[in-house]
Amino acid sequence: MSRFASIHHWAIALTAFAALAGTSHAAPALDLGAYRGRVVYLDFWASWCGPCKQSFPWMQSLQSTYGRRGLVVVAVDLDRDRADARRFLARFHPGFRIVYDPSGSLAKRYAVAGMPTTLLIDRRGRVRDRHIGFLPSKAAGYERQVERLLAQK
Amino acid sequence: MRIGVGRIALVAAAALALGGCASLGVKPWQRGILAREDMQLTAEPLTHALDNHLYFSKEASSGGSGFAGGGCGCN
Repeated sequence: MSRFASIHHWAIALTAFAALAGTSHAAPALDLGAYRGRVVYLDFWASWCGPCKQSFPWMQSLQSTYGRRGLVVVAVDLDRDRADARRFLARFHPGFRIVYDPSGSLAKRYAVAGMPTTLLIDRRGRVRDRHIGFLPSKAAGYERQVERLLAQK
Repeated sequence: MRIGVGRIALVAAAALALGGCASLGVKPWQRGILAREDMQLTAEPLTHALDNHLYFSKEASSGGSGFAGGGCGCN
């Protein structure tokens, strides 16, 4: 009887552990369908990535320049530790949406090949462009692509 | 021919151990710890780059000694 009881306790502990593990690895909420009709600049970043630090002020100005014309900047944070991301964000105070993906499930889904990786999604929800890394010298080119997609219905 | 249970168990264990190699390699978004300053192989990337330049000029080969950079996987 006591043996059965201890097995039973183990089973409960295991189930609880599985439930915990499950919630911590649940896919973060990113419903791009909600942005249908708008152009989405989807950026994957982390606090430890140098080029990401350069890209944040630029993405901020992109959002404030083109937001009214239908651009949405969504930045997916891939830090394992939320505190690192918080420190980073406290420096930049971005006015765009941040999605947290500590397990990297979104990064895997969108095949992030380097940091940062950016996807440009048109008003119909199709991925039209992707670039890896952020080079200030190429920023004007990124902006032209955004403008081109904004001009399309 | 008789195959011992022990041998079967050994082969099975070896086959199972192969599964451990299924996820080799660090993904670009998992390089946070590698990108830390105290995780760099060299304290001075510039010196390291110069050393490497001397090395491949003299030895006609390069690489194998790590690489200077932040570990972003972007350069």
